[in-house]
Amino acid sequence: MATEEAGNGFNIHPMDQFEITNLFGGGPIHWYSFTNATLWMGLAIVAVILLLVVGTRKRATVPSRSQSIAELMYGFVYTMIEDVAGKEGLKFFPYIFTLFIFVLISNFLGLLPMSFTTTSHIAVTACLAMAVFLTVTALGFYKNGAKFLGLFWVSSAPLALRPILAVIELISYFVRPVSHSIRLAGNVMAGHAVIKVFAGFAGALGIWAALPIVSITAVYGLEVLVAGIQAYVFTILTCVYLNDALHPSH
Amino acid sequence: MEGNIAELGQYIGAGLACIGMGGAGIGVGTVAGNFLSGALRNPAAAGAQTATLFIGIAFAEALGIFSFLVALLLMFAV
Repeated sequence: MATEEAGNGFNIHPMDQFEITNLFGGGPIHWYSFTNATLWMGLAIVAVILLLVVGTRKRATVPSRSQSIAELMYGFVYTMIEDVAGKEGLKFFPYIFTLFIFVLISNFLGLLPMSFTTTSHIAVTACLAMAVFLTVTALGFYKNGAKFLGLFWVSSAPLALRPILAVIELISYFVRPVSHSIRLAGNVMAGHAVIKVFAGFAGALGIWAALPIVSITAVYGLEVLVAGIQAYVFTILTCVYLNDALHPSH
Repeated sequence: MEGNIAELGQYIGAGLACIGMGGAGIGVGTVAGNFLSGALRNPAAAGAQTATLFIGIAFAEALGIFSFLVALLLMFAV
């Protein structure tokens, strides 16, 4: 580990905020332990329920603030799926909307001071990405049978090149869950670590601490943007993969 | 000056790994810049292509995130 004390009051531990701790009793973490990750994932689900169930309960014709936010998100994801994956993709709207809203709310909850960001852990995002990958692969074979393998056989390329391209396509297909999960976790983790590094500067600079605090504000604004964009990117890539499974012609 | 050579290697390696982020920066800049120049030529068609823009940015950026991850692994996990 390279996180020893650097001396002269200049201690920056940007990765400590991602530590998973047992909330009750401490000690080693088992699969049934109630950790801070469990707590914040639960809070994300509670927030989603508050927004989508309680917020839209009145079903007013002129929507209230929370109802119009819920309707906006619904319409946003609906048109996204329709544009990218076509009409057949709309069968998977509940799944994709669940992914979108869970990632979005988790990202935003992670931006609260002193909170824990569940989506900064590759374990969490890898679960989501593997679920997408397995669903899409199974769906591709179920819908198209062996024709799904045509995804790897680029019929527009010269015949001599096709085996080489097939290998490349195969590799890029199996890297999908890796890049899909690391993109989200890496972006969120990087932003939070940057904020922590600037916070470390503020602690060390004394009277000049105003400078890093201004930068923290700016980076925080960027992070709000990143939280939204990464949830969007995660969802739209799911739609792209879904489109590949539904229409595998190359 | 004291310390072990493995730690030196960790720090130098983490610094070198960050060079990869420059490549991602070039990639994202190329995608966004070309989108903008195309969008200014034909603003009517630009709105429908924002999804493609974000997909392109995401693919370019993922590789930078990989290099950041390598740096983090060298600093904190090795």
